[in-house]
Parts: sequence; C-alpha cells; structure tokens
Amino acid sequence: MTAQLTPMASDINGVALTVLIALFLLVTVLGFWATRWRRPETLDTLDEWGLGGRKFGTWVTWFLLGGDLYTAYTFIAVPAAMYATGAVAGFFAVPYTIVLYPIVFIFMARFWSVSHRHGFVTTADFVRGRYDHRGLSLAVAVTGFIATMPYIALQLVGIQAVLEVAGIGGGDNWLAKDAPLFVAFILLAAYTYTSGLRAPAVIAFVKDTLIYLVIIVAIIYLPGEVGGWDAVFGAAKEKMTSTNEATGAPTGSFIPGDGQMWAYATLGLGSALALFMYPHSITASLSSGSRNTIRRNAAILPAYSFILGLLALLGWVAIAADTQPIGADGKANAQLVIPQLFEDFFPDWFTGVAFAAIAIGALVPAAIMSIAAANTFTRNIYKEWLKPDATQEQEAQVSKVTSLLVKAIALVFVLTLDKQNAINFQLLGGIWILQTFPAVVFSLYTRWFHRWALLAGWAVGMVYGTVQAYRVVNPVTGKHFGGSLAEIPGLGDMGYIAMTAFAINLIVAVVLSLVLNGAKVSNGSDVTEPGDYYADADDPRVAADLASEDDLTRAEPKAN
Amino acid sequence: MSLGNDERSGVPGVPHTDKRKMVAAGVLLLIPIVALMWVPSYAEEDPELWGFPFFFWYQFLWVFLCSAMTWCAYLLTLSARRDQRDERAGAERDGDAR
Repeated sequence: MTAQLTPMASDINGVALTVLIALFLLVTVLGFWATRWRRPETLDTLDEWGLGGRKFGTWVTWFLLGGDLYTAYTFIAVPAAMYATGAVAGFFAVPYTIVLYPIVFIFMARFWSVSHRHGFVTTADFVRGRYDHRGLSLAVAVTGFIATMPYIALQLVGIQAVLEVAGIGGGDNWLAKDAPLFVAFILLAAYTYTSGLRAPAVIAFVKDTLIYLVIIVAIIYLPGEVGGWDAVFGAAKEKMTSTNEATGAPTGSFIPGDGQMWAYATLGLGSALALFMYPHSITASLSSGSRNTIRRNAAILPAYSFILGLLALLGWVAIAADTQPIGADGKANAQLVIPQLFEDFFPDWFTGVAFAAIAIGALVPAAIMSIAAANTFTRNIYKEWLKPDATQEQEAQVSKVTSLLVKAIALVFVLTLDKQNAINFQLLGGIWILQTFPAVVFSLYTRWFHRWALLAGWAVGMVYGTVQAYRVVNPVTGKHFGGSLAEIPGLGDMGYIAMTAFAINLIVAVVLSLVLNGAKVSNGSDVTEPGDYYADADDPRVAADLASEDDLTRAEPKAN
Repeated sequence: MSLGNDERSGVPGVPHTDKRKMVAAGVLLLIPIVALMWVPSYAEEDPELWGFPFFFWYQFLWVFLCSAMTWCAYLLTLSARRDQRDERAGAERDGDAR
C-alpha cells in the first residue's frame, strides 16, 4: 500500500467500490425522501420546486451553499493544479474563497430583499425589472445558462475521475466504460426532478460531513506518512523550481514570484466577483429564509475555505509521496492525483468513503446547477419570449423538464467530447459570467448606468475575453484555450483574462452611460423602489426568522 | 409575495441608518480584500510556522480574521438599524438576531 508499488488504475478495488456504492445508494434514498422534508402543499411552483420554498435557515443554507460552491471538480482540480504547476494556479483558490464573502455580504442582502419583494428567481429577472430591457435581461440569462453547462459537465468529470481510480469506468468497452456514470446520472436526474432543490439540500448534509471527515483525516494522517510538512514543502519546492523540459521554464511556482503577483491577485478577485453571478449561487442564496441568513453565512462559510486550502496542499503531499496518477488509458493525468493519493495510503474501506465524498460532492452542485439553469431558461427565455402567459404550474413543469435536458446535454458532452473541452468551456464560462456583474450588482445600488451602455460593456467584455482566452496556447500540446492568464495591456504582467475583460467592460459602460445620459436617451422604467432593497424587519417572514432559532428541526414551513 | 409597507424614514421602506456604523462595517469588510490582494506583502517563505512557509500560514490566518471581521460587520449593520426598529416594533423582535 505504498506509492512505490506503481498502482494500476485498472485494478478494481472491491472494498472501496462497495463502500462507494453503499453511500451512493444512501444519498439516492435521501434524495427521493427529500420531497417529504418540510413538505409544502404543492411542489408545482417554481418557488417550491426551484427554491425549496425560500425558507432555509442559517445552517441549512450553510450546508447548501457549501455543498454548492465547493464542487467535486474543485476537490479534484485545485490539488491537481497544485500538483502540476504550483501555487499561482492552485492556491489562489484560498484568497479567492476568502475575499468572496465580504463581497457577497455587501450586495447579496440587497439582492435578496429586492428579489423577495418582486418574486425574482434569477439575476436576469432583476435586470428586467430594473431597466425594463428585454435585451439586457436576455444577455444576462443566456450568459448564466451557457456558463453553467460546462460546470455541470465538470461535475461528471469529477465522478469519472473517482470511478477511474476505483478501477471501473475505464477500459475499451464503451458500455462498461460509461455505464456507471450513466447510472449515477439517471438517479441524480430522477430525484432532482421529483424533489427539486430539497434534494441537494438534504444530500448536502451527507456530502459536507464526508468531505470534512476525509480531508481532516487526510491532512492529519498523510503528511506524517511522507516525512512531515517540511518534507512536503521541500519536495514541492524542488519540483516547482526544476526546469520543465517542454518549455525550458520552471515547472511551476512554489510561491508567486516577481511578475506573478498580479496573476495571483486577479485570479483570486476575479473568481470571487464571478462566483455569485452564477445561477446556482443565486438559487442557493435566494432559497434562504431571510436577508440576514445570507450575512450570517458570509461569516461562517469560510470554514469551507480553510478545508479547501488544506485540500490544495494535499496536491503537494502527493508530490512528496511520489503519487503516480496514471489513467485507465495508461497516460499520466494530474486530475487523478487526489483519488490516487487516497487509494495509495488509506485502507480500502476509507478509500471508499473518500471516493464517495468526491462523487456525492459532484451530485449536490450538479443538481443545483441544473435547477438554476432550468429556472433561468424558464423565467427569462420561455416565459419572457415564448409563452408570456404561462401559469405557475407550467413554469414549474418546464423547469423540471429543462433540468433533465441540461443534465443530459452535460452527460453527452462528457461522454462524446474530450474532457479538455469541458475544462476549456468552464474556463470561458468564468470569464463570461463576470461580464454580467456590472448589470446586476451595480444596478442594485444605482440606475446611473444606462441600460444600453451596460449591454455594450457586456458585449465588449464577452468578445475580448473569448478572443484572449483563445489566444492562450498550451506550450506542450499547442492547443488553444491553454489557460486563463494573459498579459494585462499597459502593465506587462500576466493577469486573469476575466478581470481585464471586466475592466474594459466597465470603461465602456461608464463612457457610454455618460454619453447616453447626457443625450437624455430613455433608461427605461423601474419596477423597484428604494424600500425594496431593505425589506427586512418589516417583512413578517424576516421578523419571524429573527425571532426563531435557526435549526434543522423547525418542522413545517411557515405559511406565506 | 407582497410585503408590508414601511414609512419610517423619508423614503418609504428605507430604514434610518446610523451612517458611522455602516462605514465602520464597510471598512471591516474592505480590510481582508485589500490585505489579500496585496500579494507582495506576503509572497515570502519566512518566517515559517510549524513547517509552513509564511505565504501559506498567513493566508490560512486570514480565513479566521476575515470570518471574524465579517461577523463584526454583521453585528454593526444590525446595530446601525436597530435603534430605529426598536422604537417602532419593540425590542423583542431582535432578541435572537445575534
């Protein structure tokens, strides 16, 4: 059970697999049982199916948001990036998920309040109400929808990585290779369809508990096995400062050096600004029962960031342990490094627990993302453009079916295309989604920005970001979309493309707003009023939430 | 989804707010962002702590600092608007907010 015995990914680990399947079945049962949890009178409205009734308290929201934001792909990709190229590519996840919460604290309470008063379910709903501009609303909706799709696909990639190391899902036989993922997908789709947002909310408890357990055990146990933290950092430094034969440059960064400061900072800030523009973050936030639930969560969610930092360092533990992440195809694949590390060192049963943690970790975000994408489609495309007189039941029905379609597309994506395509698109998604930030967040505070200026800024940011990302060529494979860093114009250092695009977006929006406001071009009508952004203690529901203990036993949802 | 109307301040629904406390909350929220975006201030290996280079343990430390500051900002925002609410709605409403 040491790393020296070159592990064969194709060997089936029976014990681990049994534990994995058992835990998987447990969450499947929970997923279907979730319909009965805090049972509403009907699940046939978007509020109930798509937002869990909008009544989750502080701790449910903590589990749900934690389960939603810290995805299985994060657990695979962050340590993989640390393992492959070091701190700039991997450890930025820590400052990213720290500065995330002050930012969320600032604007999400306002967004919660205004959404609560007007029944908004998506960011595009809000933009529609704020500016009465269907084009801008559509731009926000479509961006959210297409940015979410590859994200869902990557959750399936996360499950695949675990299955591959566990010894199934590999090989040449198409059916044997893809059948496990297919089964997982069918189950996920079925309980999301019946239970809506309640399913991931319930499963998130299991997911987060397993993740905490596995990472804490790993971080206490594994470094000692490879010679302690000194050895871990020593091995990492040696690898990162060694020369990469393909490029002639150092393999990676041990800590950010000269010329990498901007990259590290902009990756962190840009990702933090972008994350809560994703539909799945908004859906989980709006499902909370009060304005203050969000703010309390901003203070307690960093617990996950701490865990993520530890997990990132496991990528370097793997360097010290000389983990060999060899895929079923016999090629090295850094994405497999964490499952492989676990399999090398843990007893088989605990390897199963660890694999289950990652696989179940994929289900929660995948469910919420598909619900959120479906909500976006239903509200901002179906109801807005296709069937304006849709009833609440029809909305819920369209959303349910769309959530199935979205997952099916993600599955086809993963099964038919190269995994790298999913990763590339997710990278693009991060750049795209940040371009909706001005229209959504700035508009929470002011209507100074002109709607056409916001639309133009969005368009310029999207095009610039896409072109720049295309022009990043991987030095080894020679393929486009090789990374998310490009030179910041006028500065010379590398920076996160999304942030540069965001800055350009902002400049365009400001300049055009000056022009259009100066020319007195109509900025549309606004259905919101100043008081909407504070709906707080005067809201009977919020008052009740403040007066009651937030706990999981609060049985039946309060009447509207 | 209609909510109660409120007319306690000049603008309907907008609560009276203690500006100084809100500014203090804003500063508390800004500090972690500035500290972590100022990468050259911590991209160092020394001093080490329990085998961790400075770069790593310093950022882990900020997880806790940021969480504490965000919580303080939360209490400040509650307090900044509570005085007004207490007068109108009775103090018991906020009793468990913390």
